[in-house]
Amino acid sequence: MNSIILQIASKYVRWLLVIFSVIILLRGHNAPGGGFIGGLLAGLSLAYKGFAFTPELLKTEMKVKPESFMGLGLMLIFISVWPGVFIKSAFMEGIWFTIPFPFTEGYKFGTPFLFDIGVFFTVIGVTVLFLFSLSNNKSWK
Amino acid sequence: MNIVALPLLIPFALAISLLLFRSPTIGRWVGPLGSFAIFIVSLYLFSNLQTNGILTLNMGGWDAPFGIVLVIDYLSALMLVVSSLILVVVSLFALRFLTDDIPLNRFYFFFFTLAMGMNGAFITGDVFNLYVWFEVMLISSFVLITMGKKKEQLEGGIKYLALNLIGSFLFLAGLGLLYGKTGTLNMAHLAEILRNDNQAVLMNTSGILFFVAFGIKAAIFPLYFWLPASYHTPNITITTLFAGLLTKVGVYTFIRFFTLFFVQDQPFWHNLLLITAGFTMVIGGMAAASYYETRRILSYHIISQIGYMIMGLGIFTPLAIAGAVFFTLHNMIAKTGAFVASGMIAKIKGTYQLKEIGGLYKDNPLLAVLFIIPAFALAGIPPLSGFFAKFMLIKAGFENGNYIITAVALLTGILTLYSMIKIWNEAFLKKQPDNQAGKVDVKLAWPDYLPLTILATASVLMGIFAASVFSYTMEAANQLIEPSHYINSVLKNKMP
Amino acid sequence: MLSILVGVLYTAGVYMLLRRSILKFIIGIIFMSNATNLLVFISAGLVAGKPAFVNGATTNVSQLADPMPQALVLTAIVIGLGMAVFILALKYKYFEVTGTDDLDQLKQTDSQK
Repeated sequence: MNSIILQIASKYVRWLLVIFSVIILLRGHNAPGGGFIGGLLAGLSLAYKGFAFTPELLKTEMKVKPESFMGLGLMLIFISVWPGVFIKSAFMEGIWFTIPFPFTEGYKFGTPFLFDIGVFFTVIGVTVLFLFSLSNNKSWK
Repeated sequence: MNIVALPLLIPFALAISLLLFRSPTIGRWVGPLGSFAIFIVSLYLFSNLQTNGILTLNMGGWDAPFGIVLVIDYLSALMLVVSSLILVVVSLFALRFLTDDIPLNRFYFFFFTLAMGMNGAFITGDVFNLYVWFEVMLISSFVLITMGKKKEQLEGGIKYLALNLIGSFLFLAGLGLLYGKTGTLNMAHLAEILRNDNQAVLMNTSGILFFVAFGIKAAIFPLYFWLPASYHTPNITITTLFAGLLTKVGVYTFIRFFTLFFVQDQPFWHNLLLITAGFTMVIGGMAAASYYETRRILSYHIISQIGYMIMGLGIFTPLAIAGAVFFTLHNMIAKTGAFVASGMIAKIKGTYQLKEIGGLYKDNPLLAVLFIIPAFALAGIPPLSGFFAKFMLIKAGFENGNYIITAVALLTGILTLYSMIKIWNEAFLKKQPDNQAGKVDVKLAWPDYLPLTILATASVLMGIFAASVFSYTMEAANQLIEPSHYINSVLKNKMP
Repeated sequence: MLSILVGVLYTAGVYMLLRRSILKFIIGIIFMSNATNLLVFISAGLVAGKPAFVNGATTNVSQLADPMPQALVLTAIVIGLGMAVFILALKYKYFEVTGTDDLDQLKQTDSQK
């Protein structure tokens, strides 16, 4: 695709999408939102660039490989599994605590949130990987 | 009992580490050592099971019928131990037999996700969770089967993928209907509800969907077509991995579901099982007899032997179920061994076509000995493991009066023996045919022999210590036939 | 109404599965996946106007929907998405290699050799 409007718009819309995805990620767990949908949006912002220009360009310009996104995300998920064992009784048990923050009643933070961030990054990696695998032209025998 | 989750967490951690560190040297070490760690954990869980009884873990601290629960009883533990032994063997096999077009780290990454899905399917106590683990396993296997980028692989991959996807949808549909009717997904809770309620309508619609879905996964008679169409296409390492493990997970779910859930209308289900088992055995055996390519012969063999496992389930006495479990364990080891041996033959000779090779007995007596152990174990020659498995099944069949299926099983034994002897004659005894120009004779180094040696030893040991394996499988069968123990240890008698 | 939709989706899915073109076959698979998701939803009780989320205010359980089928269907949708992408990529590769979209050409792996 080679549309100048899309290319220029992509510059701004992409960052909007990223901000929006982070908002969605943060409001998750007890309200609609969360890691998966946020990750899809963030992945979409990368895919947007891929569509506006070419996926190859995106591939060369991405400093971090999608596999690393996935690795990071899965690592966070893996870490979030453990505190439940040591503090409470079972794997994946949610541990919640509140971080005091001036002027508000404090932010709740817990291992499910860590899990959500992990999902977020994994989904970004997977989305971009999907895009690459659907568009690459490596020759098969 | 937090150790119960380790068979899931170890492969997960290993897969992540392979994703983050992409150096091939790391893959070279992480693969076999990681599989060995899973094996050790499985053994530990097994010994723990013997002292403590059924192990359960409520994930996330949610109590039993509401949260996801992991359960290890004898059946799960035995499957875990043997499948992780297969993992060790295949990871060693991969080091030497993967071709250059498959990156080692990528292979091991999907190898471990497959292991995670499989272990999850073995130890989960929740029906939907079982579906999720099945999908984890299937996605990894889809990637594995197309690894290597050959044209036939694409074709085999499409067939494999399409049929297995349809199987997954049917499974999910059956599961949704079951949830709608009973309102729970916990296996033990479901079993209790179905036992207390005599309405066959609760289970029958979901039941037939489950039957077809697992039938596709386990490759039983009318639903097996994906297996021989796809198993001979990828690299021999991947074929070996699939042959040893994938269909057996299907069989495991068959055993689990039919003992726990199909309590109403039993004569119908058992007859259905016996009929499909008979056809599966005969058709697999006959098709195997007609081929001259080792991987295809062995692929049809997998189907034929799934029939025996289903037969044990259809007879449904403790001895028969113990026989089915014994057969599954033996078959995982021996079948993997046969595939490893065919890979070694192909590496020496450069082809899988039996008509183009020969004279291996003279050139390589060690391989001949190592091949004949799993081959004869598959055919059921005493004192190897296969003999005791078949003996148990056939004895149970006679005791229970299922003469026809028992006769079919005996007949199929002859077919199996025939195709094993065919491989033996063609590859080992016959002289190397002259017409073939490029007689590749690759010499094998000692690490090439290691996987097959482990499997042959395991098969012989399973034959020698058949008595203790038998007692474990009997224990498993008793737990399966009388699931109140299972139900109680999951729900801990807290049910309203 | 929704049950009729499930029936229509299954019918369309099976019809597509029986077509010769691989692409239509894949569309059939996607239809079936969605039909299954809806089936799970309906059989497990789909009610209008009731959220499955508890905020401190609602205490009456009858005002809430069963959150379980929602979680199940969400998981199933995610899995279905992954599968659809994978099989489409596979089909695309197959088309590139062989230049055919005909299921009848898919018989090399079954031929006697």
